[in-house]
Amino acid sequence: MPTILGIDYPTLWFLVVGGLFSGYAILDGFDLGAGALHLFFRKEESRRIALNAIGPVWDGNEVWLVIGGGALFAGFPVLYATLFSGMYIPFMLFLAFLIFRAVSIEFRSKEKMKWWRQMWDVSYSISSVMLAVLLGVVLGNVLLGMDIGPSQEYEGNWVEFLNPYALLVGLTTLALFSTHGALYLLMKTEGRLYAKLTILARRAMIFFIVTFALVTLYTLIYIPHLTDRFKAIQWLFIVPVLAFLSIANIPRLISKRRYGQAFFFSGLTMALLLIVVAIELYPVLILSTVDKTYSITIYNAASSSKSLGIMLLFAAIGAPLVLSYTAFVFWTFRGKVKLDETSY
Amino acid sequence: MDVEILSRLQFAFTISFHYIYPPLSIGLGLIMVIMEGQYLRTKEPMYEQMARFWTKIFALTFGIGVATGIVMEFEFGTNWATYSRYVGDVFGSALAAEGIFAFALESGFLGILLFGWNRVSPRVHFISTIGVFFGSLFSAVWIVVANSWQQTPAGFHVVGEGMQARAEITDFWAMVFNPSSVDRLLHVWIGAFLAGAFLVLSVHAYYILKDRHVELSKRAFKIALGVATVFSLAQLATGHSSAEGVAVNQPAKLAALEGHFDSLTVADAYVFGWVDKENQEVTGLKLPGGLSYLLHYDFETPVRGLNSFPEDERPTALNAIFQFYHLMVAIGMVLIALTLFASFLWWRGRLFDKRWLLWVFAFAVLLPNIANQVGWFAAEMGRQPWVVYGLLRTSDALSAAVTANQVLFSLILFAIIYSLLFVLFLYLLNKKIKAGPGTEGMIGERHRQEGMAEAFGG
Ligand code: HDD
Ligand code: HEM
Ligand code: HEM
Repeated sequence: MPTILGIDYPTLWFLVVGGLFSGYAILDGFDLGAGALHLFFRKEESRRIALNAIGPVWDGNEVWLVIGGGALFAGFPVLYATLFSGMYIPFMLFLAFLIFRAVSIEFRSKEKMKWWRQMWDVSYSISSVMLAVLLGVVLGNVLLGMDIGPSQEYEGNWVEFLNPYALLVGLTTLALFSTHGALYLLMKTEGRLYAKLTILARRAMIFFIVTFALVTLYTLIYIPHLTDRFKAIQWLFIVPVLAFLSIANIPRLISKRRYGQAFFFSGLTMALLLIVVAIELYPVLILSTVDKTYSITIYNAASSSKSLGIMLLFAAIGAPLVLSYTAFVFWTFRGKVKLDETSY
Repeated sequence: MDVEILSRLQFAFTISFHYIYPPLSIGLGLIMVIMEGQYLRTKEPMYEQMARFWTKIFALTFGIGVATGIVMEFEFGTNWATYSRYVGDVFGSALAAEGIFAFALESGFLGILLFGWNRVSPRVHFISTIGVFFGSLFSAVWIVVANSWQQTPAGFHVVGEGMQARAEITDFWAMVFNPSSVDRLLHVWIGAFLAGAFLVLSVHAYYILKDRHVELSKRAFKIALGVATVFSLAQLATGHSSAEGVAVNQPAKLAALEGHFDSLTVADAYVFGWVDKENQEVTGLKLPGGLSYLLHYDFETPVRGLNSFPEDERPTALNAIFQFYHLMVAIGMVLIALTLFASFLWWRGRLFDKRWLLWVFAFAVLLPNIANQVGWFAAEMGRQPWVVYGLLRTSDALSAAVTANQVLFSLILFAIIYSLLFVLFLYLLNKKIKAGPGTEGMIGERHRQEGMAEAFGG
């Protein structure tokens, strides 16, 4: 099997996909979180400001999902096929809420009537909440393992995705996104809304700490195999430790009102937690709960080395391109958001 | 109904809906590049004004294109799992390339295109417009390459057997330049240019008729008419070239397009007709030997017919395929006639004298859009019963884990949501057209940035 720096292609692609999904969580995480908090803002003006704070970016953030999905299809077609067809209902709901959310943002401002705006606000907020929860539910199921049969097909029942663990991971995701979103909005707002957000950010943080503690407990008690890797290679323990430190740092920075830094750490937390997940899983992607040997791994799910090699080349050419015009765009809008945010 | 029918219905419905928007975005992209180029060249504010107006409409079609496109990307995995496993190795790299090279380029520059008018110099803004336009062209490249590979697979070998069989890439460039890619890509691009140009023609014809923005509309109309005339003619050429390719690579499809059954006889070309599958007859207005001539430049050469294929390797919806194909070709001819006539009047300096002609243009926007849809229907239904031509059957490509009720649920869900989305589209389009090209925010009057919500929503 060909390697680069001693790392085989499927592992490299695993890292690429992981990087893309971390990017997606960090970016779309804050606008989904802002949406989840939306109904807590009572004043019409606050709601408009909150919407406009994510206005120019939410669409671009979703591109990470598109690229991540493409990378999954291309690199691990078996995982893509089995996971998406096995989780049919959650994915369809996910798509539906994704569109509903976009529609709500568009429709809301088009009429002045109170009931009209209230209606779209509610649908916007519910969609944001559901998207966060569904992402977590899918992640929870992946962590838990699924009923994968001998032909790498999902053989379980369609309601199995609604298990307590997955729901708990869903709530944790919602809590983390809400914290992240509140911190983002704190950087973008002032006055009343800002005051309100200082309270909301604290509450979201508490919500997160509680759900996260529950997930951790549940994992340690009921799914101990997820910790096997950390037992085997002890220095890896540093990663969850860093994640805990990063989490602990958020309330500290919140209480010092350093919201920009807190936002950085909520993003870092997401990345670190996903790295923990990656370490727990690797090289298995979905553990089969029917028989361990049926599990989907990065090796039996991967495309051929030829194909992966081509795509790694694409990624190598593409990444600097993407980074350079992203940098160009940010440079063009540099400082701008600060000046203009109040005028939206 | 079974999973297969439902999944096919759902795929056809969602992709057809998606395909309303990308062609408009690609076509408007071209027009915006020309308008902005004119502005840079002449420095006349009117060109800036029209470029800005069309940018707003572009934002709308683009936004809905994105929302519906994500559905398409997920649907391969949810509904066509066996297919995804089969083609992932080959086809995945094309989709990944689309994400990395096309979507990122588009969405990167889109911010500047929509909100950067006051932030960057006109030249940098123009470059961004070109960036977005190229991004949309690229995304068509990869997705059409992927689809063309399904029509005429190349550059791969099959490993594994039965349901475990998978195609693996052996030659990337042979995959990209498979026998039908180039023809079909050109045809799809041009179809998109026509969709965009005719939307511009329609809106400005309407303004002229209503006596609004007349001066600006006349100029914009001429730009779009130039584009439409050139590409209507070009579309005939690329379509013909496609048909020749189909004759070589997918003879069963070609026979279905013209309703040709008997291999021993010469093949006719129909202007219109009706296919009687039972009696294997076509009634209608025909050019005897026409298809033979188009393919072999000889009225006497026989063409391979449907009967020479095993029963289970022929497309079944013969009359529908025939009708879709002929509707597309008929529309192609109408577009050529219409644009040539209008260009003739333009040359004589009487372009805007005939109100009826402007009314025709106001409604003609439907034509290229219908042609785009039925063109795909003919191409995809003519490929049946194969998902990957000659290799994988549609009935084998499904997700084993998904039940009919689940698909029924999602189909109803999409029907509801897409109706809402379509209403939204028409409502916002109408609102923007009513508002018309304004002058607010233009150079000299610029002071502050428009909010995203406004630029997106009106
Ligand atoms: C001829 C061109 C063409 C064709 C045949 C298709 N698309 Fe498309 N698609 C585009 C041209 C396009 C586009 C012009 O590039 C869009 C429209 C708006 C946009 O963002 O890009 C787009 C958007 C778009 C997006 C969202 C991209 C983003 O977030 O920026 C996805 C995921 C897809 N498409 C996927 C598909 C799939 C899976 C298709 C086939 C089954 C498909 N498209 C057919
Ligand atoms: C964007 C324009 C497109 C339109 C309007 C379109 C239309 C259709 C239609 C009508 C069907 C149903 C055929 C039938 O069941 O008889 C279909 C099926 C399908 N098409 Fe397309 N198609 C488009 C693009 C694509 C592209 C770009 C791809 C691949 C990248 C693709 C892949 C498929 C697949 C996998 C199916 C399902 C299996 C099948 O029925 O063959 N299509 N499409
Ligand atoms: C003028 C005469 C035309 C001819 C002879 C022609 C011919 C063809 C042929 C043979 C195909 C099938 C290609 C395949 O299956 O591989 C096709 C597909 C298609 N046509 Fe046309 N066409 C014409 C006009 C148009 C026009 C005016 C439009 C749109 C404005 C259009 C849009 C399409 C589209 C979107 C497809 C599906 C994509 C593809 O397979 O290339 N066509 N056309």
